[in-house]
Amino acid sequence: MNIGKQFKEGLITNNPVTVQLLGMCSTMAITTKMSNGVGMGLSVLIILTLSNIIIALLRKIIPDEVRIACFIVVIAGFVTMVDLSLQAFFPDIAASLGVFIPLIVVNCIILGRAEAFASKNSIGASAVDGVAQGLGYTLVLVILCAFREIFGSGTFSGHQIMPSGYVPAGILTMPVGGFLCLGALIAAMQWALGKSKAKAEEKGKEAAE
Amino acid sequence: MEVTKLLAIALGAILTNNFIFAQFLGICPFLGVSKKSDTAIGMGIAVTFVMGIASAVTFAINKYFLVKETSVLGVDLKFMQTVAFILVIAALVQFIEMFLKKSMPSLYTALGIYLPLITTNCAVLGVALLNVQNGYNFIESVVYGITGGLGFLLAIYLFSTVRERIEFSDYPKSFEGFPIALITSGLLALAFMGFSGLEVWH
Repeated sequence: MNIGKQFKEGLITNNPVTVQLLGMCSTMAITTKMSNGVGMGLSVLIILTLSNIIIALLRKIIPDEVRIACFIVVIAGFVTMVDLSLQAFFPDIAASLGVFIPLIVVNCIILGRAEAFASKNSIGASAVDGVAQGLGYTLVLVILCAFREIFGSGTFSGHQIMPSGYVPAGILTMPVGGFLCLGALIAAMQWALGKSKAKAEEKGKEAAE
Repeated sequence: MEVTKLLAIALGAILTNNFIFAQFLGICPFLGVSKKSDTAIGMGIAVTFVMGIASAVTFAINKYFLVKETSVLGVDLKFMQTVAFILVIAALVQFIEMFLKKSMPSLYTALGIYLPLITTNCAVLGVALLNVQNGYNFIESVVYGITGGLGFLLAIYLFSTVRERIEFSDYPKSFEGFPIALITSGLLALAFMGFSGLEVWH
């Protein structure tokens, strides 16, 4: 078990959104305000970690044929808990995230990690995987929120930060902005990963010579 | 009066509030199965079908089992909404999968992995939750479900025809795969934004 490596994978080299391309719907839909992004990211982190732990715990009991249904029931249970807690303690965030909180049930990141990781690994490793992947998701949300909120409405978590003469590029906060920003972010990621890969290959060649 | 409201719901679901371009529901299959236009149409029809039936079934489940006032059980089970809906949808999709395998094997193989994934299509669960949230009655729910699916069909078909052409065009190498697809759908969303000025029955 290599915690450092798992975190590096979750945050960068195997990021759930920009590399595995999971959970796109919520990523584009709610990243218009900083509070939304942080609220959603942390909710997913909690649900992902808890469901990873439970699924890893039950991995030897759940029969293979009905595993997806079992995973969904576990996930739906945790989503309902988080949904109700958000409504009770953070009603503003719950209201602005709306239907996307119950929709975490069908967020492919959680089912994807349950299937690809938690159903094959130990409880400890699965818990770390949940936190790492959840942080990777939160990181992407925060980057997109920061960009779309600062340039799209000239504010940062609700406070005006752009000079008063700045005309906000409202298009960024609209659905179009979501598609364009995420597309550009994934392209940048592919570019950076491709570059570091080429570098590593070059180094390998030099060493061989 | 009733008919105009239904028409307003239908037009809203297909054009102004399109599930893909305005509400970001169902992006995964939208990006995943849109490489060829005939599979895209098959997927669109399957999703429309599931969304229509799911709206009807979840409406009944919600009314007769979850909401206390009308429930046959007499207990308030509203907190079980998400769990109940997702189980109903999963069962429905399983049923449709068996049906397609028997009667339309070519479509079944073309949809492949994406058929069971309709379960995790947020548009389907989304439409069930939105029906409850908007307080639609039975007919309105079914209309919203079917027209929402038609909106998805329209979006995925338009997108797949554009995507077939992108294959042969030049773009920066880092944009290969998903990024260029996202940028393209962004431009389509921009076009769909034009419909938001549409106010016929207000």
